[in-house]
Amino acid sequence: MSFITVKNLWKQYGDQIVLENLNLSVSQGEFCTLVGASGCGKSTFLKMLLGQETSSQGKLLLEGNTFPREPDRNRGVVFQRYSVFPHLTVRQNVLLGLELEQRPFLGKLFGSARREALKDVDAMLESVGLAHAANKWPHELSGGMQQRLAIAQSFVMKPRILLLDEPFGALDPGIRGDMHELILKLWRDTGTTIFMVTHDLYEGFHLGTRLLVFDKVRNDPQQPEAFGATITYDLPIGQNDRKIYKSIETSVSKTARSLSA
Amino acid sequence: MRLINRHPGRVSATLLGLLPFLLIMLIYSLASQERLADNPNDKLLPGSERMIAAVDRMAFQEDRRSGDYLMWQDTAASLQRLGLGVGIAASLALVVGLINGVLPLIRASLAPLVSTLSMVPPLAILPILFIVFGLGELSKVMLIVIGTAPIMMRDVAQRVRELPGEQLIKIQTLGANSWQVITRMVLPQVMPRLIDAIRLSLGPAWLFLIAAEAIASTEGLGYRIFLVRRYLAMDVILPYVIWITILAIVIDQCLRLANRRLFPWYNAGGQ
Repeated sequence: MSFITVKNLWKQYGDQIVLENLNLSVSQGEFCTLVGASGCGKSTFLKMLLGQETSSQGKLLLEGNTFPREPDRNRGVVFQRYSVFPHLTVRQNVLLGLELEQRPFLGKLFGSARREALKDVDAMLESVGLAHAANKWPHELSGGMQQRLAIAQSFVMKPRILLLDEPFGALDPGIRGDMHELILKLWRDTGTTIFMVTHDLYEGFHLGTRLLVFDKVRNDPQQPEAFGATITYDLPIGQNDRKIYKSIETSVSKTARSLSA
Repeated sequence: MRLINRHPGRVSATLLGLLPFLLIMLIYSLASQERLADNPNDKLLPGSERMIAAVDRMAFQEDRRSGDYLMWQDTAASLQRLGLGVGIAASLALVVGLINGVLPLIRASLAPLVSTLSMVPPLAILPILFIVFGLGELSKVMLIVIGTAPIMMRDVAQRVRELPGEQLIKIQTLGANSWQVITRMVLPQVMPRLIDAIRLSLGPAWLFLIAAEAIASTEGLGYRIFLVRRYLAMDVILPYVIWITILAIVIDQCLRLANRRLFPWYNAGGQ
């Protein structure tokens, strides 16, 4: 039995069909990148994995059971922005999850329990390269450092699934490369199953073990909402060749243009 | 250079800021001198000596009848009412605003009520307060509470809902329960915004305080102003108004500084 199973999944808002007939099976420890034009349901699919949205039809199973219907500590997330808490310092941001878990009522750790937890926190900050900024406020950090913090905050909880919603979309290209290395390192160390939405096709091809392309097979220019997107390519990464890259790029940009027309 | 692109320097900005105050003082003193030249007993625009004498009499000499220093007594009475009223209103606003902002089930039943209450003109229910709570301290404090709390409640609830949705999802993925979402994410971020809401509510709070004191009281800044009005004692009224203004400015600036000191992350470059 696979870790995550998607069977004939549909998602629609009123008349607008976002996803149609999605089928997918993902095993534990895979790193899937999701690419596609805006409005092709990548983020919607991520939200369903997170528990923020439910499917209209079909099945979404985690180890054979229905996905939990609200976010929980087993599924971490990093958004493009606003993922960290501005009122907590870097260290407190990473400590927060551990505090919430161990103290359901107070939500704060004191004394030796706190010192114990801070060891994990500092090790985590060390591995994302934020040890020197431990006592800074998030607004004092650059965009890349804020994303490092958000990643540390999620990884310290050792989630079974990590969802990344265009986490590096707002970063400079150079910084983005560093972040790719960081996320790959953490993924190898922890074995977490990762889903990452990205606009950057290169990023999709470069990172992870599996590339999922969300695209519309059918398109009605008069009624763009009539058909949803589905997974058009499901490729193992490593044997990517130039031709497939080109063909995906053409298809995705065609859909993007017809959607924004 | 276009007018919209011309900025004053530091010194000239200060001078430009002072200018209107100096102008008002100049116009007042000219008008006052003119009237006093006609009639040395004129009460309408007293000169500065008369006002200083009145302040000396009210603040630094015992009242002949009661033996109190009236201005300090009035100030203490008014500030106590204001502090109690605004304090109670802010506490209510925090609790109601928080649960209204965070819990959709509560919001469904409470938000329409709060919106409606905030539309009731508080002075229109002042008679009801006097009837229900009597003419003592309680009715004056209640007027401030009723006048300022509903709007602050709406404000706090709005600020809560303006927190990015990503944060709310994120803290849930860290395992937070509803209580922890309120205490560790929403409450600490709403505190500085509550202080901002209090600063905005202080204007209305003073209005309600002085209105209540004018109608039924035996001491207080508003009471004194309306009492001496009967004798056209502008030499007392004007210093009292200036004093109230100074108090309002000081309170406002104290809150502003407290916000900066207590919440260094707030308003510091945003996200």
